[in-house]
Amino acid sequence: MIKAVDSAADLVRGAADHASDGAVVRVRVLRQDVAGGESYWERFEVPYEPNMNVISVLQKIAAQARSQDGRKVAPVAWDCNCLEEVCGSCTMLINGRTRMACSALVDRLQAEDGDEIELRPMSKFPVVRDLVVDRRRLFRGLEKVKAWVPVEGSYDLGPGPRISPEEQEDAYPLSECMSCGCCLEACPQYTKVEAVRRDGESEAEFEKRRKAAFDSGFVGAHAISQAVLFNAHPTGRMIADERMEALTRQGGIQMCGNAQNCVAVCPKRIPLTRSIARAGRAATVWALKRLFDR
Amino acid sequence: MAQSRVLVVGGGLAGLAATMRLAELGVNVDLVSLVPVKRSHSVCAQGGINSVNALTRQQGDSEWKHLDDTVYGGDFLQHQPPVKEMADWGPKIIDLMDRLGVPFNRTSEGFRDQRRFGGTLYKRTAFAGATTGQQLLYALDEQVRRWEVEGKVKKWEFWDFLGPVLDDSGRCRGAVCQDLVTMQFKAFPADAVVLATGGNGLIYGRSTMSMVCTGSAVSRAYQAGAWYGNGEFIQVHPTAIPGADKLRLMSESARGEGGRVWVPRKPQDQRDPRSIPEAERCYFLEERYPKYGNLVPRDIATREIFDICTTDGLSVEKDRLCVYLDLTHIPKETLDRKLGGILEIYEKFQGVDPRVTPMKIFPAVHYSMGGLWVDYEKSATGGLVEGSLRNQQTNVPGLYAIGECDYQYHGANRLGANSLLSCIFSGLFVAPTLVNVGDAAATSGGDHVRLFDAEIRRHEERHRELLARTAGDENPYTLHQELGNLMTRVATVVRRNDQLAAAYDEVCRMAERWKRCAVSDTGNWTNQNVVFTKALGDMFPIAKLILKGALLRDECRGAHFKPAFSMPGLTATDPEGKRREAEQWCDAFEANTRKWLKSTIATCGPNGNPEISYQDIDTSLIPPRPRLYGLVGGDAIEEAWRERAAKVAGEAMAKGKTVGVGA
Repeated sequence: MIKAVDSAADLVRGAADHASDGAVVRVRVLRQDVAGGESYWERFEVPYEPNMNVISVLQKIAAQARSQDGRKVAPVAWDCNCLEEVCGSCTMLINGRTRMACSALVDRLQAEDGDEIELRPMSKFPVVRDLVVDRRRLFRGLEKVKAWVPVEGSYDLGPGPRISPEEQEDAYPLSECMSCGCCLEACPQYTKVEAVRRDGESEAEFEKRRKAAFDSGFVGAHAISQAVLFNAHPTGRMIADERMEALTRQGGIQMCGNAQNCVAVCPKRIPLTRSIARAGRAATVWALKRLFDR
Repeated sequence: MAQSRVLVVGGGLAGLAATMRLAELGVNVDLVSLVPVKRSHSVCAQGGINSVNALTRQQGDSEWKHLDDTVYGGDFLQHQPPVKEMADWGPKIIDLMDRLGVPFNRTSEGFRDQRRFGGTLYKRTAFAGATTGQQLLYALDEQVRRWEVEGKVKKWEFWDFLGPVLDDSGRCRGAVCQDLVTMQFKAFPADAVVLATGGNGLIYGRSTMSMVCTGSAVSRAYQAGAWYGNGEFIQVHPTAIPGADKLRLMSESARGEGGRVWVPRKPQDQRDPRSIPEAERCYFLEERYPKYGNLVPRDIATREIFDICTTDGLSVEKDRLCVYLDLTHIPKETLDRKLGGILEIYEKFQGVDPRVTPMKIFPAVHYSMGGLWVDYEKSATGGLVEGSLRNQQTNVPGLYAIGECDYQYHGANRLGANSLLSCIFSGLFVAPTLVNVGDAAATSGGDHVRLFDAEIRRHEERHRELLARTAGDENPYTLHQELGNLMTRVATVVRRNDQLAAAYDEVCRMAERWKRCAVSDTGNWTNQNVVFTKALGDMFPIAKLILKGALLRDECRGAHFKPAFSMPGLTATDPEGKRREAEQWCDAFEANTRKWLKSTIATCGPNGNPEISYQDIDTSLIPPRPRLYGLVGGDAIEEAWRERAAKVAGEAMAKGKTVGVGA
C-alpha cells in the first residue's frame, strides 16, 4: 500500500511555515506584573507569517522574551487552551474590542485597524497578571442561578425526557455558551468587583465575603441565559422558581439596562437579548404570582 | 467507614464523571486542574459518543458487536474484559447524559438521533450538533458545580500536579501540587489519587490537542514508578485543518454525514474544485474500500490520505499537502443542523465557507491510545467486577488513572466516538472502587506529615533551581518546537527503524540540552514560563518511550505502521495459487500474533530512559483475526482464516473448553 517515504516531514509543514521576508507584526500590550499592581504599556515586534492569529503572536513573544527596543523582559502572561474557540479561555481586548485571541487573525486585524495590534486585559475582572484575569465571579453566577438539571443521582433510571427537534434547536445555541465573559465585558451594568483579602481574615471568611461581593453585582447575561435554558428543560424547570428567585434578587435581571452590547459581542452568536427578554417576562409573571400567593 | 478523601487530577470528562459519582457516594473530593474545568480539552471532541441503541439493535447490533468492532478496529491490542464492560455500559451512559440535559439532536418523534462513525456499519453515534464533547462536559461540569455548592467537592483550578507522594511501602498517599497564580506548593493527602489528565499531543508540537495536553502529569507519575503501556500507539486523525499554532480537528462526523474525500486525478489541478467533473475526481477511499468507504478506521484513512499525497503526488496543492473533504452536495440546512459547530471553525479560521467550497484537510496527531498501565478484575461473565480495588489502578497502590491517560480501551487504534464513552465510563466505574480504597488505605495508614514536608521541599528546590537558571543557552520554546518536529517526522504515519533509532538518540541529547534551558521570567507570580519549562522537561521521558516502543515493535498494528514489516495482499489470480498464498498469509499472521500480540510496558529507568517489556493480552472473548479492511485477496484470506478458526473451536469443544464466539 504505502511505500517507505522519507517525506513524513510534510506532516510537519503547516500552512504558515513559510516565513515571509522581513515583514513584522507590531504589538502593544498593557502589562501588569502582579494583582493590584500598576499597569504599563510595552511594545513588541515579531516576524510576520501568513495566517497568524493573536495566539501565535503571543507564542512568539514568549519565545523571544524581548521588547521591541531589545530589552530582555518576562514573557507576556495570557490564558488559552483549545485555540479553536470552544473553551472560552483566551478572552481579551484586541484593538479595543472584547473577543477571543485564537480567532483573531492578524491579517484581518491589520486590514481593519492598521498596522499595530493593541492587547489589553478584560476590564471587568481583576487582573492577575498581564492579560490574565480572575473570572471566578462568572462561575459564581452559574451557581447563583442553579444552572443544572436537578437529577436524583447518576444511577441508570432510563433515558431523559422526550424533546422535540424544535426544542432541541432552541436549547442547543444557549448550551454553547463557553463562559468566555465577552458579554460581561461589554455590559455597562456589569462593573468590576475586586475583593482583597484582609489581614487576619481566614480563607473561609474571605471566600464568604467575596461571594457576597460577587452576588451584590449584576449577575450578567450569560447566567440569565443559562437560567432560561434550564427553565425550558422538562426536568430543569422543576426548580424554575428557585432560579426566578435568584434572578429577581439583588444583582438580578432588573439591573439589565437593555444596552444590547452582550449579543453584539458574543463569539458564539447566542441570542442573549432574547434570553433576557424571556427571563424578564417570566420574572414579571413570577413576581405577580408571588404577590397573589402571599 | 472512615470519611474518605480522594484527589482527582484533571477535570475533563473522565475526571468530572468520577468526581460527580464520588460525591454522590459520600466521598469528599479535591479536584485539581490546570484550567477551570469547564475549559478542559474534552470540549474539543466534536462528533459524538457510541453505544448500541434501540434502532441498531433491530438491525442486528448488540453490545457484543460494539465490543467486536472496538477490538477489531484496535487490532486486538486491548484486554477484552474492560472493553466488554464499557460496551455494556454504553446505553446507560447515553441515557444518563440525556437525563443530565445534554441537547442531543432529535428525530422528528423526539427521540435521540444517531449517525454512523468509522469502523462500524451501524449508526451508533449519538451527537449534539458537532460539539458533542463540549455538551457532555458541560453537563458534568454543572453536576459537579452542584456538588461544590453542597460542599462535597473542592475545586483547585489553575493548579499543577507535580507528582504523587509514596510512603515507604510504595503506596500512594496523596500528591504535591502548585498554585499557578501564587506559585505556592501544597500537599494533598488522599486515600487515593486519580489521574484524569488526558493525552500528550504537545510532545508532537502542533496537534489537534489543547495547550494543556503536555502529558506532564502522567510523566510525573511514570517517573515516580508507574508503568506506561502501549506508548507507541498514537492516533493521527485523517482530517485536520493545518494552522500556525494548532492543527484544528475536522470531525469524522463530516464523513459520517456523507462528506466525501477526493483529489483531482490531474496532479495539482488548478481549476475551481466545483468545476472539476466527477470523472476527473478520484474518490480514493470509496474506490479502495467499497464496504466502509469514507468511514474506514482512522489509521487506514490517514495512511491513504498521506499516501495519495506523497506516493501518488496527487496533493491538491503543491507546496502544502492536502486533499479535499467535500460536503457541498449536502443541503445547507442539514449541514447547519448537524455540523454547524465544525463548519464555523473552518470558516472562521480559513475564511472559506465549507458549505459552498470543498475543505482542504490533512492528517494530524490526535489521540494517545497508550497511557498509564492500569489493572482490572475480570468477572465470571467476562466483564469487570464492580468495586474491585484493582479496577483502573496503576501498579502503584492507591494511584489510579482514567480517561485518555490510561492505556486500557483502544488498543492499537481508537474508533471515532469511542473516546467520550471510555472517558465517562472509566470515570463512573472507578468511583465504587475508590469508595473501597478508603478502608484499605486506612489499615496501613499513619502520620504522613513528614513525608509530605519532604516532598514539598524537594519540589521547591527543583523550582528554585529552575528560576536560578537564567544564563543557559537554550530556549524552552524553540527546543519544544524541535522536539515536536522530530516526533512528527519519525513517529506518526510511517515509521522506519533507522529514523526511530536516530531520533531516540536525538531526544536523549535534547533532554540534556533541556538542562541548559534559561527561564526568561524569574518571578514568583503567574510564572507561565517556568511552568512550561517544567512541563517540557517532563515530555522527554514520554517521547523516549514512544520512540523506543516503536523501534522495538517490528510489525504493523493499527496506528503503528512499519512498511518494512507489512504483510502485503495476495498476488496470485488463479484459485489454487490464491488459496496457497492465503494459507501462507495466515501462517505469517499466526506467527506474528504469537510474537507481537502483547502490551508494551515501559518502566522509567535512570535519566528517564525507558526499560521495555511485554505483557500477554486477555483475548478470551473474541479470538484475534486478521484485520483485512480493503486488502487485496482479503476474501481468500478470510475464507482460509475461517476454516482455521472453526477447526480450533472444534478442537477446544472436544476438550471441553469454551471459546468466545466472534462475530
